Amino acid sequence: MVTSVTNLGKSGVSDWLLQRVTAVILAAYTVFIVGFLLLNPELTFTQWSGLFETTWVRIFSLLSLISLGAHAWVGLWTVSTDYIKPTGLRFLFQAVVVIGLFVYVVWGIQILWGA
Amino acid sequence: MQISLYRYNPETDSEPYMQNIDLEIPDGQDLMVLDVLHLLKEKDAGITFRRSCREGVCGSDGVNMNGANGLACITPLSSIVKKDKLVLRPLPGLPVIRDLIVDMQPFYQQYEKIKPYLVNDTPAPSIERLQTIEEREKLDGLYECILCACCSSACPSFWWNPDKFVGPSGLIQAYRFLIDSRDTATEDRLANLDDPFSVFRCRGIMNCVTVCPKGLNPTRAIGHIRDMLLKRAI
Ligand code: SF4
Ligand code: SF4
Ligand code: FES
Repeated sequence: MVTSVTNLGKSGVSDWLLQRVTAVILAAYTVFIVGFLLLNPELTFTQWSGLFETTWVRIFSLLSLISLGAHAWVGLWTVSTDYIKPTGLRFLFQAVVVIGLFVYVVWGIQILWGA
Repeated sequence: MQISLYRYNPETDSEPYMQNIDLEIPDGQDLMVLDVLHLLKEKDAGITFRRSCREGVCGSDGVNMNGANGLACITPLSSIVKKDKLVLRPLPGLPVIRDLIVDMQPFYQQYEKIKPYLVNDTPAPSIERLQTIEEREKLDGLYECILCACCSSACPSFWWNPDKFVGPSGLIQAYRFLIDSRDTATEDRLANLDDPFSVFRCRGIMNCVTVCPKGLNPTRAIGHIRDMLLKRAI
């Protein structure tokens, strides 16, 4: 058993499963948004902001946003443990990624539920 | 034939270099790469490599031939030589001791980690622990591994984390004991593999499957281990 404390889940399986589940959510969200854009070629701002006023779209968007954060964390954490060998540098990279993703998620929530 | 041979003697060379050697290959013969190495050694006794059985059973002469890992003793020149040129290097990703000889320690350490022996805590029977034909069949395609390290040393995930990722060879062995009907340590074995490195560093690139000289499929075994870990966790 290799010890690891910086990965997202509590085990290899949890990270692996999370990576797959979030990928499916992100794919579904992409299909949804692209589909909406294709069905509304002459999109106006009112239509667009109206879409994000519906509660389920907001929930779906938030779910996708959190999925994106988790997906990116698992992926970039893996990349860092593969390629960045000096521990200090690896930790710095991981810290920057975590903070960056946190900011994006909070910012996203603000956009979705903001004015 | 033109041969480019990796040379490194830590006692005299400050760094490794490639030595170009021209070698006459007897007409009408398809030599094995190991035969070529012996011909080279006749010319220069200092050339160093491992070999033992010379028939693909001992696993000691894994080398990198024109970019592909394999056993020199069962690789005919006709199968890998292109444009009359042969590049011979040690197995990648392992420390070189001298010329084609690598230090197998990182590889064996991973093998040791998976406890490559039967663990059974029930009272020993008077003669032997029998298996049904079906139970025995599950070990086919797994037990044949000769620990040549061709697969693990061709695996990028093993190159990046040789101390943490068990690697295809260790994992095919791990699965061999996980599904053995006589082994009772399944839960312990799985618990030891359930971290983000040991099994999950496998990206399914399948280099291991491509190079295995015994025609085994470590990727499939790794998939089975992942399924067992998933079933256990959900
Ligand atoms: S399939 Fe997995 S073990 Fe095999 S070479 Fe690829 S990453 Fe390595
Ligand atoms: S799985 Fe194949 S390539 Fe890997 S060590 Fe065993 S015999 Fe060699
Ligand atoms: S010398 Fe034994 S496998 Fe090649």
